[in-house]
Amino acid sequence: MERILTRWLDIPDLKKLDVYLANNGYAAARKAFFDMKPEDIINEVKNSNLRGRGGAAFPTGTKWSFIPKDSKKPVYVCVNGDESEPGTFANRYQFENDPHGIIEGILITCRAVGSHTAYIYMRGEFTVQKRSIDAALAEARARGYVGKNVMGSGYDVEIWTHRGAGAYICGEESALLESLEGKRGYPRNRPPFPAIQGAFGCPTVVNNIETLSNVPHIINRGADWYKAIGPEKSPGTKLVCLSGHVNKPGLYELPMGMPIKDMIYDIGGGMLDGKTLKGVIPGGSSFPVLNKEESERAIFDFDSMRAIGSAMGSGVVIVMHEDTCMVDMLRATAHFYHHESCGQCTPCREGCGWIEKIMNEMEAGQGRIEQLDLLNNISDNMVGNTICVLADSIAMPVKSYVTKFRGEFEAHIKLGRCPFKSAEAKAQAA
Amino acid sequence: MPKLTIDGKQVEVADGVNLIQAAEKLDIEIPHYCYHPGLSIPGNCRMCLVEIEKAPKLQIACNTKVAEGMVVHTTSQKTKAAQRAVLEFLLINHPIDCPVCDQAGECKLQDYYMDYDERPSRFPLAEKNRKGKALDIGAGVMLDQERCILCARCTRFFDEVTHTSELAIFERGDHNRIEINPGQPINNKYAGNVIDICPVGALTEKDFRFRMRVWYLHRRPSVCGGCERGCSIDIHYHRGRIYRFKPRYNPDVNSYWMCDEGRHSFPELQQETRLTVPLVQQKDELVAETWAEALRRSASIIKNIGSDFGANAIGAVIGAQSTNEEAFALKKLIKDTIGSEKIAAFTWSPPNASGDDDLLIRANKNPNTRGLAALGLPPDGLESLASAVGAGQLKMLIMLRADLVRAMGEQEFMRKFGALDYLLVLSTDANETCQMANQVWPIAAYPELEGSFTNFKGRVQRLYEAFPPPGQALSAIEAIARLGRALEGVERAQSAAAIFRQMAAEEPAFKGLSLEGLGEHGRDLAG
Ligand SMILES: Cc1cc2nc3c(=O)[nH]c(=O)nc-3n(C[C@H](O)[C@H](O)[C@H](O)COP(=O)(O)O)c2cc1C
Ligand code: SF4
Ligand code: SF4
Ligand code: SF4
Ligand code: FES
Repeated sequence: MERILTRWLDIPDLKKLDVYLANNGYAAARKAFFDMKPEDIINEVKNSNLRGRGGAAFPTGTKWSFIPKDSKKPVYVCVNGDESEPGTFANRYQFENDPHGIIEGILITCRAVGSHTAYIYMRGEFTVQKRSIDAALAEARARGYVGKNVMGSGYDVEIWTHRGAGAYICGEESALLESLEGKRGYPRNRPPFPAIQGAFGCPTVVNNIETLSNVPHIINRGADWYKAIGPEKSPGTKLVCLSGHVNKPGLYELPMGMPIKDMIYDIGGGMLDGKTLKGVIPGGSSFPVLNKEESERAIFDFDSMRAIGSAMGSGVVIVMHEDTCMVDMLRATAHFYHHESCGQCTPCREGCGWIEKIMNEMEAGQGRIEQLDLLNNISDNMVGNTICVLADSIAMPVKSYVTKFRGEFEAHIKLGRCPFKSAEAKAQAA
Repeated sequence: MPKLTIDGKQVEVADGVNLIQAAEKLDIEIPHYCYHPGLSIPGNCRMCLVEIEKAPKLQIACNTKVAEGMVVHTTSQKTKAAQRAVLEFLLINHPIDCPVCDQAGECKLQDYYMDYDERPSRFPLAEKNRKGKALDIGAGVMLDQERCILCARCTRFFDEVTHTSELAIFERGDHNRIEINPGQPINNKYAGNVIDICPVGALTEKDFRFRMRVWYLHRRPSVCGGCERGCSIDIHYHRGRIYRFKPRYNPDVNSYWMCDEGRHSFPELQQETRLTVPLVQQKDELVAETWAEALRRSASIIKNIGSDFGANAIGAVIGAQSTNEEAFALKKLIKDTIGSEKIAAFTWSPPNASGDDDLLIRANKNPNTRGLAALGLPPDGLESLASAVGAGQLKMLIMLRADLVRAMGEQEFMRKFGALDYLLVLSTDANETCQMANQVWPIAAYPELEGSFTNFKGRVQRLYEAFPPPGQALSAIEAIARLGRALEGVERAQSAAAIFRQMAAEEPAFKGLSLEGLGEHGRDLAG
């Protein structure tokens, strides 16, 4: 398969402007600025069926079309590079290796929605990555690709980079906007949606880094070319973050619609130490876990993953073998969401902590059988009742673990300890 | 005007109204914590989740605007389940220290638990999060972080109303806590409002703490006498003592708020210095006498001075702390009964008092300045009375709620009014002016009387008697009526409503108004 988003693997130094230009760089931007009207760009992206890579899989062209056409207020483009979902590590490589691909995607987006200012919001820990994109921006600015009068088109696009302060919740688009405005990273109630009232009260498009990196290729080669890769309703390539118990974990650009089984046994070089597969966390820690049987028949694209009761999320595949304690996995997951809940709304603030407390007991073998129902019930009480979906992001996994791996919970309760921790390991830990 | 259905009942409300407000119209309560009509809508507590037909999930009523044809269910299984869930979540880490909590009895956690939950806890007591308790965060506000439900009403009040932002939420998740910045206590003149709007016992009033269980308190609507704004308030009292003032919503005067000075002004109304019996000067000492003696004495003095020096030898100084009815009654007594022209209004504000600000506080601390002016008594007649005294024309003055000695000092008072033959003082307290008087009459403070104040914008608002005045003190209008009868021998109106009727008939500014017709929010002066 041709590498598209990971062209840097074939083209050394793609991050340098001259190399990027020598490889058809900014040709799509030129086309978008000189040969296309904004609505042409939006239509092309709509026709490509490109869907957001940030987790929600929303059709990108449709999102852009929500921006009011004759807005009296400025329109902003905010690029989500917060990449904090456990299991994700794609955007960081993009920042490091293909910053101009990101910038070009942003330019085209700005042109499409009538924006002159874009902000790249980056995960707090992205120091190297920020240096990389800032260097590329400086180069692009010096050569007239960013700033006033982009490529002599008479159209201005200013692009700013901003690092967060280390909160997972600031990847949620409305918390991102609050944080960008200098406020506490609290998600907002919707309506109003960002397209109407986003950054600084103005119409705003929020898109993921990977989403926008697809755009120059779509403009260059057309929607039909793009749709031909993978399933038509969920097309394109996907940066898959393959990790866990496989022999060759790593970042792979794969066509949409690949069976997870192939990722494990083919791409990933098979199970680590030849052990048996127990399950897969697809999408990221926010989504329901798959058991062995589900993992082996799961097809990795947005709609197929939804059909199987989980999601493709941000393209994560965490593989777990037979020695993995699923109770401990859920405990760790609960710990993460308890730590990252912004605490603004009641069910999430209180529910996350409650779940973690129960999971700590469970893993220590001090749980009670009734607590399995309680976990389900707490989760039900959280889902859909909060400002953002962080609450669902722990509640849905809880329900999936408790249902699909109930036996392991029962074993912990019966034994009074974690069956996966040997007696010696326990003694050592004590 | 969209029409919608809530719990099977149709209602038509204005555009832009939210579902909590629409339901209120039908007397349906949608429980809520974070929503406060005077603040922005954060939608964080999730207590107001309701089922709306055709919506994929429950919606928060506070942030949902009414729409034509909307069908809302506030008591369906789904709504009830959400209400119970939210209450359970709110309570798992709550300390439930109701027996020692000042808020008990007026706490929305208690109330809603009884109304919408009533289930035993599924959370182990020992695992509750611990946070700070009994923290003094300044301006008389005490904070209990464990009781706090993080509704952010307090932070929004300081962000949006006072723009001082002393409080913020620190940390994240269930470690979130309300806090001041280190070493920067609350420092604004409206801090007490956060105590009122805190739906639970997280913010309590330092002065009120542990003084009274709230269910023993009675409430009476009134008007703050602290300045010429005249904020609508409720007086909370028990057995003739005021325990606190709380602001009462009035869109035309004070919205939902009041200032701290006004809030803490009630102790001045019930000090040790309150007068309880009529007094008379005898050998340089004020001694008690009966009302019958007092009235007889005053009436005969007035008659004597009147016949010796003419009606204009008798006059009055009316302080702008007096009600409209008191001022009108005394004006009428002086003008019509006695036949004198000598009346002056008097205002005074303490020299270090707070000045005008852009929220509520007014520099003029006299609640009825505008009311007196509307009765033709502008506060500039004092000098002409003083010169009449100096010229030996004015022999007797009746001073109603006018502590001139405090205002101008003893020397100045003696220079201006020392030549008076007779001084009758009507006062709530034994103040410095009483020491100069020949007679002192004890009268009711404003929480103890019926009547009205007119604020600086011309809003006439009603005062209700919460409890009777102490001892033999009388409402001033009754005292004036009795004096009138002693002078003329005929009965006179002495109820506030009756005097208001006369006032409406004779004074153009009050035309068309009546005491009963003032309603909750008052009415504007005519013209
Ligand atoms: C708790 C939470 C965390 C999120 N974190 C990220 C993130 O790190 N990066 C991202 O692109 N989207 C993240 N999202 C999704 C964004 O809200 C938003 O849907 C996305 O940025 C839209 O871009 P897209 O349409 O290009 O996918 C997160 C959502 C939630 C609820
Ligand atoms: S669901 Fe959780 S993370 Fe999202 S706003 Fe509510 S408390 Fe914050
Ligand atoms: S202190 Fe009171 S008003 Fe402030 S957030 Fe807590 S519960 Fe709400
Ligand atoms: S602003 Fe004036 S009337 Fe209002 S509470 Fe303060 S002192 Fe009382
Ligand atoms: S009152 Fe609606 S969410 Fe708090």
